[in-house]
Amino acid sequence: MAGRVLIADDEPNIVVSIEFLMRQKGYETHVARDGEEALAAVESFRPDLVLLDVNMPRRDGFEVCQKLRADGWTDLKIVMLTAKGRDIEIEKGLALGADAYVTKPFSTRELVARVAALLGDGS
Amino acid sequence: MLEPAFVLAASFAYLGLLFAIAHWGDRRAAAGRSIIARPSIYALSLAVYATSWTFYGSVGRAASTGVGFLPIYLGPTLMAALWWVVLRKIIRISKANRITSIADFVASRYGKSTLLGGLVAVIAVVGIVPYISLQLKAISNTFNLLLQHPDVASPVSEPTSLLTDKALYVALVLAAFTILFGTRNLDATERHEGLVAAIAFESIVKLVTFVAVGCFVTFGLFGGFGDVFDRAAALPDAQRLFTLGGADAGYGGWLWLTLLSMLAIVLLPRQFQVAVVENVDERHLNKAIWLFPLYLLAINVFVLPIALGGLVRFEGAGVDADFFVLALPIAEGQDALALLVFLGGLSAATGMVIVEAIALSTMVSNDLVMPALLRARVARVTEGRNLRGLVLGIRRGTIVAILLLGYAYFRVAGEAPALVSIGLVSFAAVAQFAPAILGGIFWKGGTRNGALAGLGAGFAVWAYTLLLPSFSRSGWLPDSFLEQGPLGIELLAPEHLFGLEGMDGISHAMFWSMLVNVGLYVGVSLCSRQSAAEHSQAALFVDAFREPRAGARLWRGSASVADLEALLARFTGARRAGDALAAYASEHGSEGANGDRADAELVQHVERLLAGSIGAASARVMVASVVDEEPLGIEEVMGILDETSQVIAYSRELERKSRELEAATAQLRAANARLHELDRLKDDFVSTVTHELRTPLTSMRAFAEILLDNPELPVDERERFLRIVIDETERLTRLINQVLDLSKIESGGAVWNIAEIDLKEVIEDSAAATAQLFAERDAELRVHAPDGVGPVAADRDRVKQVMLNLLSNAAKFCAAERGEVAVELSVCDGAARVDVRDNGPGLTADDQRVIFEKFRQGGDAMTERPQGTGLGLPISRQIVTHLGGELWVSSVLGSGATFSFTLPLARGVSTGVVPGSD
Repeated sequence: MAGRVLIADDEPNIVVSIEFLMRQKGYETHVARDGEEALAAVESFRPDLVLLDVNMPRRDGFEVCQKLRADGWTDLKIVMLTAKGRDIEIEKGLALGADAYVTKPFSTRELVARVAALLGDGS
Repeated sequence: MLEPAFVLAASFAYLGLLFAIAHWGDRRAAAGRSIIARPSIYALSLAVYATSWTFYGSVGRAASTGVGFLPIYLGPTLMAALWWVVLRKIIRISKANRITSIADFVASRYGKSTLLGGLVAVIAVVGIVPYISLQLKAISNTFNLLLQHPDVASPVSEPTSLLTDKALYVALVLAAFTILFGTRNLDATERHEGLVAAIAFESIVKLVTFVAVGCFVTFGLFGGFGDVFDRAAALPDAQRLFTLGGADAGYGGWLWLTLLSMLAIVLLPRQFQVAVVENVDERHLNKAIWLFPLYLLAINVFVLPIALGGLVRFEGAGVDADFFVLALPIAEGQDALALLVFLGGLSAATGMVIVEAIALSTMVSNDLVMPALLRARVARVTEGRNLRGLVLGIRRGTIVAILLLGYAYFRVAGEAPALVSIGLVSFAAVAQFAPAILGGIFWKGGTRNGALAGLGAGFAVWAYTLLLPSFSRSGWLPDSFLEQGPLGIELLAPEHLFGLEGMDGISHAMFWSMLVNVGLYVGVSLCSRQSAAEHSQAALFVDAFREPRAGARLWRGSASVADLEALLARFTGARRAGDALAAYASEHGSEGANGDRADAELVQHVERLLAGSIGAASARVMVASVVDEEPLGIEEVMGILDETSQVIAYSRELERKSRELEAATAQLRAANARLHELDRLKDDFVSTVTHELRTPLTSMRAFAEILLDNPELPVDERERFLRIVIDETERLTRLINQVLDLSKIESGGAVWNIAEIDLKEVIEDSAAATAQLFAERDAELRVHAPDGVGPVAADRDRVKQVMLNLLSNAAKFCAAERGEVAVELSVCDGAARVDVRDNGPGLTADDQRVIFEKFRQGGDAMTERPQGTGLGLPISRQIVTHLGGELWVSSVLGSGATFSFTLPLARGVSTGVVPGSD
C-alpha cells in the first residue's frame, strides 16, 4: 500500500537520490528545503512519513520533530537523517519523538526497508 | 645634765621627733605630695648602713688595728660602682614582680618556692640577731657610761638579773617603736614613706654628731690632724696601727672583709628594704652611686683621729675603745656634746633596729608563718575572715620576738667580743644569700634545688664556724670544743676546719662557707631540672632588662573577677581592692571587671598585688585556691613557647604559600578555560568536518547503489546520476584538501616558499584563471593594477590561492544580472593593498562576523544554498595573517561587499603610487 513521503533536506543531490528511491517504491513524494518549509509541507501535503534531515537551515531537524510532536502529529512517522552519528544525537532524536534515526551515508536498501516497515508495507 | 631622768627624757624626745617626722612623711605621701621622691633622700636612707657599729665600733677597731676598720667601708664604696648593674637589675625585677623582701626575691626567682623563702627568712633572722644584739649592747653600754660620768672606765659587767637589765627595756621600747613605725598598715607595696623620711633624718643626725665629736677631738683636744698623728706615733704599740697588717687581718683578711661588706650593702635585709623595696624611682640610683660613698667618707674621716686621740688620752685607763666617741667628751666635761653623741649613737642604733626588724618581720610573716598556716589549715584560712588583722598580728609578734632574741643573744654571747666582730658574724650570714641571688639574676640555669643546697650548706658552715665559736667564747660551750674540735676530732675544729691555718675567724668562715655554698649551688643546679614555673621565673629575672612583659601567656585556667576581688579585699580591704581592680581595668580597657572571666594578665596582676601583702609564694597559693588552674608541666611550658615561635614561623610560611597558591590557581583557571575552549572548538571542528565529508559521500553511495540496482535505467537519468557522483567526488576532494591545508597552516606544518613577488602579476594570473567562472556567471571582472607597486615578500602560490578564493566568492555573490567585480591594487601605509569589490546583495553585520569562521557561509537566509566548503575564507585569512597582513570585509547590506587584504612591502619603501581611479 503506497503512502505519502515528505523529504526534508537541504542537499539537492541527496534529495534527488531519495526521491528516486521513494518514487520507485510507489510513494508519493514532496520536497522541503529547510525547516520552515518542512513544517508548512506537513500541513499542506499531509504525509504519512517524513524523512527529516537534521542539518537544515532555518530550523534544524530536532526542532521540527519536536514541534511536530508538540502540535499533535503523533501518528506521523518521522525518520531522522543525519551525517552526525554520535550516540547523543541519536538519543536526542529518539527522545524528541523520532521513530527512527538513519545515519548518512545510508544504504539505499536499508532506507527503503525502514520506510516500508514504518508504513506497514509488507514488501 | 647627765642625770638618768634627763637622758631618758631626751632619748624619748628624740624618738618622738623621729616618729613625728615619720608621721608627717606618711601624711604627705597619702596626700600625694611625697617628700621622699628625691634622690638625695634616697641616698641618705641608704646610710642606715651606718649603725652604732660605725658610730662606736669603727673607732674601737681603729684603736686596735689602725686602718683595719676601712675594708668595711671600702666594700660599699666599691659596690656602689657596680650598683648600676646589680642593684638596678634587682630593683627592676622587684618592681615588676612586687617583691617586698629578700626572701620573697629568692623564693620568686626559684619558682615561687615557699621552702626556699622560708629558709632565707630563717637564715636572715638567725644571722641578724647578733647584729641586733650589737645595737642593744651599744645603747645600754653608752647609757651606763653616761650614768657613771665623769668616770669613763668601762662598766664592769656584773650578771644582772633579767628585770634590772636595762638592755631588756631598751629592747622592749625599741620593739614598741618599731611596731608603731612599721605595722600600722598592710600596704601592697610594703613601702613606708614616713619611715624613709625618718631614716634620712637620722642619717643626718648621725653624721652631724659624729663630725661634731671628731672636730672636737681633732681641733679641740689636739692641734689638728697632724698633732693627733704625731702624738699617737709616740705610743708604744703605735707601729702596728699604721700598717695594714695590723692585728690578725693580713692582706687576705682585707680581701675577705671588703668582699663581705660589698655583699652586705645589698644583702642585709634593712639595706634591701631601703634600697630596693622603698625605692621610688630607679633613676635615684644615679645620685646615690656617688652620694652614698661620699657620706661614708665624711663619716669615716674622723674615725682614726678619734681613735688615736682616745688612745693618747686614755692610755692605760682601761677605757673600752669602742666607746672612745662618748668617753672623750665626758672626760673633758663636755656634757652637752656627750648627750648629743649619745643621741647620735641612739639614732644610729634605733634606725638599724627599726628597719631591720620591719624587714625581718615581713619576711617571717610572708615566707614562714603564712605558708605554714596555709599549708596547715588551708580551708579555714581561706574562708572569709579578716586576714589583714592576722597578718599584722603575726608581724608585730615577730618584731617583739626578734628583739627579744637579740636581747637573748646579747646575754648569752654578746658581752665578750668587740662590736665589730659581732657585726661581721651577721655580715657573713647574709653573705650566704649572694650565690643564690647574684646567680639568680645573671644565670638562668640556677635551680631551686641548687639554691637550697647552697644556702643550706653555707648556712650550716657559717653556724658551725662562726656562731658556735661565739657561744663558746662566752662560756656556753667548753673551750675544748674550739681547740680540739668536737669529740676531739681536730680536723673539724670550728676555726681551723681541715687544718686551715693562718686566717682569722671571719676569713676562715667566709672561705669555707662560700666554697660550699657556691660549689653546691652551681653543681646541684647543673644536675637538676627546673620546673615549669622556675623556668619562666628564671627568664623573667635574668631578662629583666630586656623583656618588657612576660609570663601572662604561661597560664591556663579560669577565674572570675569577682572571686579575685574578694580575695584581694580580704588582705587589703574592700575599698583598696576595688580601686586596684578599677585602675587595672581602666589601664587595660576592659569593662568586664564585674564577675566576668578574668584573663591571665588580670590574675597575674592580682597575684602580684597580693604578693605585696603576703609574699609571692603565699599569694600563689591563695590565688590558686580561687582559680581553677591547670598546672603546666615543663614540657607544656616549653611546648607553649616552642609552639608560639613555631606558630609565628608557620603563619608566615602559610601566608607565603597561600599567595603562591592564589597565583598558581589563577594561572590554572586561565589555562583550563583556554583548554576547554580549544576542546570545544576541536569538537566542533571534528563534528563539522565529519558532517561535511559524509554529505557528499551520502549521495555518492546512494546513486552508486541506484545505478547498480536499476540496470534498466534510462540513459539520460544514468548520465545525470553519474555526473552527480563525479561532482560529489570533486566536492569531497576539495573539502579534504582544504581541511588538510587549513590544518597544516594552523599547526605550522605548512611549507612556505617566501620570495619577492609582484602582486600585479599574481592578480592578473588569478583573473585569467577565473575568467571561465565569470563567463559562466555572465559577470564582468575589471582589474586596476598599476605598475610600480613594490615587491612583497610572500609565497606566490598562497597569495594566488587567496586571490582565487576572493574572486570566486565575488563571482558567486555578485548580482545575478550585470554582475560586476572590481579588483584594485594600491599602496597604503607601507603595505600593498588589494580590494575585491562585488555588486551583490552585501552582507549583514552578523554575516560579516561569521563568514570567517570555519564552515560558515554567509546568507543562510538565501533560498539557494551556496556552493563551497565554507573553508575558503578562513584559509585565506590564515594565509594573509601568516604573511604579515590583514584580511577583512566591509559591506553595506544591499550594495555589495568589498573584501580587502594587505601585505607588507618587501623593504617598506613606498613608491608613492596612488590608487588609480577609473
